[in-house]
Amino acid sequence: MTANKKKIRWSRYLPIYIMMLPGLLYLIINNFLPMFGMVIAFKDLNFRKGILGSDWAGFNNFKYLFATKDAWVMTRNTLGYNILFIILGIVFGVFCAIMLNEIQSKIGLKCAQTLILIPYLMSYVIVNYLVYAFLAPDTGLINNSILHGNGIAWYTEPKYWPFILTFVNVWKSIGFGTVLYYSNIIGISDEYYEAAALDGATKWQQIKTITLPLLKPTIITLFILNVGHIFNSDFGLFYQVTRNSGMLYSTTRTIDVYVYNALMNNNDYAMSSAASVYQSVVGCATLLVCNAIIRKVQPEDAMF
Amino acid sequence: MVKSKKMTALAAVVMAIFSLLAILPLILLFIASFTDNATALAEGYSYFPSKWSLEAYRYIAMEWQMVGRGYLNTIIVTVIGTGASLIITAMFGYGLTVRGLPFQKLIMGMVIISMLFNGGIVATYFVYTNLLHIKDTIWALLIPNYLMNAFNIILVCNYFRNSISEELLEAARIDGASEFRVFWKILLPLSVPILATIGIMTAIAYWNDWTNGLYYLSAKNGRPLYTIQLILNQINNDVNFLATNAAQMGLTIDTSSVPSTTVRMAIAAVGILPLLIAYPFFQKYFVKGISLGGVKG
Repeated sequence: MTANKKKIRWSRYLPIYIMMLPGLLYLIINNFLPMFGMVIAFKDLNFRKGILGSDWAGFNNFKYLFATKDAWVMTRNTLGYNILFIILGIVFGVFCAIMLNEIQSKIGLKCAQTLILIPYLMSYVIVNYLVYAFLAPDTGLINNSILHGNGIAWYTEPKYWPFILTFVNVWKSIGFGTVLYYSNIIGISDEYYEAAALDGATKWQQIKTITLPLLKPTIITLFILNVGHIFNSDFGLFYQVTRNSGMLYSTTRTIDVYVYNALMNNNDYAMSSAASVYQSVVGCATLLVCNAIIRKVQPEDAMF
Repeated sequence: MVKSKKMTALAAVVMAIFSLLAILPLILLFIASFTDNATALAEGYSYFPSKWSLEAYRYIAMEWQMVGRGYLNTIIVTVIGTGASLIITAMFGYGLTVRGLPFQKLIMGMVIISMLFNGGIVATYFVYTNLLHIKDTIWALLIPNYLMNAFNIILVCNYFRNSISEELLEAARIDGASEFRVFWKILLPLSVPILATIGIMTAIAYWNDWTNGLYYLSAKNGRPLYTIQLILNQINNDVNFLATNAAQMGLTIDTSSVPSTTVRMAIAAVGILPLLIAYPFFQKYFVKGISLGGVKG
C-alpha cells in the first residue's frame, strides 16, 4: 500500500524534475562549477600539466598580488567610486522622483519619464561613443568648441576622470533611480497630503514630513543592498568609457578592469585569478554582513 | 495630491533640464553622423556643423554586409537567448512552487547561494573555455551570465504563488492533465504579465551585451559571430590601436582599414536606433521591470 502510494507520488514528480533540469544544469554550470574553479588561484598554472595537474602554489599568488601597488589602487578605486555612486544615486533619484511627482501635465510627465530613462537603456559601448564625441582630443566638441585650441588630452590625464566617471554614472543611472523611487511615491495615499495641506503645511514641509519618511524603508534597503555589492564595479563604465586607456589607470582601474586586462591581455593567470578570488570572497562577506543588517532593520527585504 | 503652483513650475523646469541632459549626447551623436567628414575633422563634432552630409550613411549602405551581419547576429542571439531564458526560468520556478515536491528546499538553497557567492570572473572563464569549450561558438553569446538568474526565479515564483490559484492547477490535474500540460496550457498563459516584464529586461540585456563577446569571442576566429555591439567595440579597439601606435612609433599608418570619424558615429547611430524606435512600445514593461527589480536586485 505505502509502496504503491510512493510510486504514484514519484511518477507525478518526475515530469516536474525534468522541467527543472535545464535550470538546474545551468545553475551548476554557470554558478557552482566556477566555485570549484577558484582552485586556479591556488595553483601555479601550467597548461601542459592541466589545471588540476598543476603544482600547488598555496597563497603565493595572493602574496604577489598584494605586494603590488595595483592591489591597493584598484581596491581604493572600486570602493571609492561605489560609495560616491551609491550616495549620489540616492540623492538624485529621490530628488527627481519628488520633482516628477509634482508635474501636473500628463504629457509632460510621460515625456520626462521616457527621456530620463534613455541613457539607462543604452549599452556602455554606445556610451563610449557619446563620451568620445565630447572628449576626443582631435574632434571632440569640448576641445574644439569650448576650449578653442587649449585642448586637453582627456584620455591621458587621470586627474579629470573621477569627475567624468561620476558624471557619466549619474547621467546613465538617474532614470533608474527616479523610476524606482517614483513608483514608491505614487503608492503613498493622497489622504496624508490632503490632511497636511488642510493643516497649512507648505509643499516643502509635506515632502519633509510625509514623502521622505515614507520613502525611508526603500532608501535604506537599496543603500544596504548596494553596499553589499561594493566590491563589484560597473565594468562597462570603467572599461568602455575610459577606452581602457592605460594612462588613466591610477584613477580608473577597478578590480574588474584589472582582472580583465590581466587575464585577457597579459595572460597573467596568477594575478588575475588571485584578484578575482579576492573580489568574490570579500564581496560575499560584505553581502552577508549587509543581509544580516537588513534582516535586523527590514526583515521583509532580506534575501534569506 | 495637493499641488502648489510654485512647486509645479519648479518641477517642470528641473525635469525639463534633466530630460534634455539625458538626450543631448545622443543628439550630438546623430548630428555628428550627418556631418561632412572633412568638416568634422577640421571643426570637431558640433551641434551646428557648417557642412552637412549623407556620405556616412551612403558608405554604410554600400558596406551593408558588415553592419547587416552584426544585426543578424544580434537578432538571433536576442530572440533565442530571451526565449530560452523565459522557458528555463518559468519551468524552474514552477518546480519550486509545486506543493510538496521533495528536495525543493535544497534547490532553493542553491539558488540563494548563487546570489551570495560566485566563483569570480577567472574561474567562470576557465569553466566556459577549458571545460565547456564555448570559445568562438554561438554558445559564447547565449549561455554565460544571462540565461537564468536567481532574481528572475524569485520574481517568477512570487508571481506563481500570489497571482495564480492553486485550485485551478489542482482541478486540471484531477481532470487528468499532465504536469507539462498544466504548465503550458494553464500556468504560462496566466503568467504573461510577469513573463513580458522579465522577457523585456532579458532581451535588452542580450541586445546590449558586449562582455560575453569580449571574453569568449576572439578577434581572429570569433569575428563572424560579432553582434552590432561587438562590431562597435572592435572599431574602437582599431582606432585606439592606430592612435597609440602612431604616437609611440611616429609612424604614419594606413588608416583606410578603420572607418572614417563620421562613419563611426553613423554606425553607432544605426546601432542604437532600433532600440530607440522600439522603446515606446516596451517602455511600460521596462519601467515595471525596474520598479520590481530595484529593491530585490
